[in-house]
Amino acid sequence: MTSLTLVRHIKAAPEIVFEAVTTAEGIAHWWGPDAGPVLLSESDPRVGGKYRLRFRKLDYTEHECSGEFLVVDPPRRVAFTWRWIVGGADPGESRVEITLRAIGDGTELTFSHSLLQDESARLSHEGGWTGALHKLGAYLAKGAPV
Amino acid sequence: MENRHKNLDRTFGALGDPTRRAILGSLARRASASVSELAAPFAIKLPAVMKHLSVLDEAGLITRSKSGRVVTVRLRPESMREAMAWLHSQERFWSKRLDKLTAYAERKELEAQSRK
Repeated sequence: MTSLTLVRHIKAAPEIVFEAVTTAEGIAHWWGPDAGPVLLSESDPRVGGKYRLRFRKLDYTEHECSGEFLVVDPPRRVAFTWRWIVGGADPGESRVEITLRAIGDGTELTFSHSLLQDESARLSHEGGWTGALHKLGAYLAKGAPV
Repeated sequence: MENRHKNLDRTFGALGDPTRRAILGSLARRASASVSELAAPFAIKLPAVMKHLSVLDEAGLITRSKSGRVVTVRLRPESMREAMAWLHSQERFWSKRLDKLTAYAERKELEAQSRK
């Protein structure tokens, strides 16, 4: 039940990317959505370890999210649960997985975000509904019979 | 807000099944269909199809109207649009984060190389 997959090519070694993704210092540098400050960044990157992030946006709203590390395999793979505690719009807990692969001049990063509500469905229909949804979405955008 | 999340949970839950997605796909190709028309391509019994239609109905993805002995099924696009809007907002959100992560990691790489 993957809801979103994104890929980035980064001109940096996998070790550097992994550190940026998992350490409190690293996360604080890229997490904030705008120029507002990151107020809190805690991270204990080992299986079962927790992280917590709090930031303030330029509109003075504060947002906080937290979760638990599920997979920590440096510098290849990290997975964690994800949940907004304050000021987010996300239906319940979800799962984020980031895999890193060394390529010519750096790292290929694959990010996937999936809902946790139906983990068994996710496993058996991986990738299934996103495509179906987009096809239907394209159809609906053209105007569906009502 | 809570309600909206419950609706999304229901919508995505309903979409998490291949038979239900096939039913939606088949409805997307025509204005309306009877239950037996919808059931025809599937190797499952009518009661099983009815059960899938109930889940889709509760998720707000279809409407059913009865006329005599025929139940007509129609697609209801609103819930699907809401689900798409949510997916797109997630994509924008994480895209921006990953762009910043990329810029930060590339800066760190340059720093590491200049120290060598």
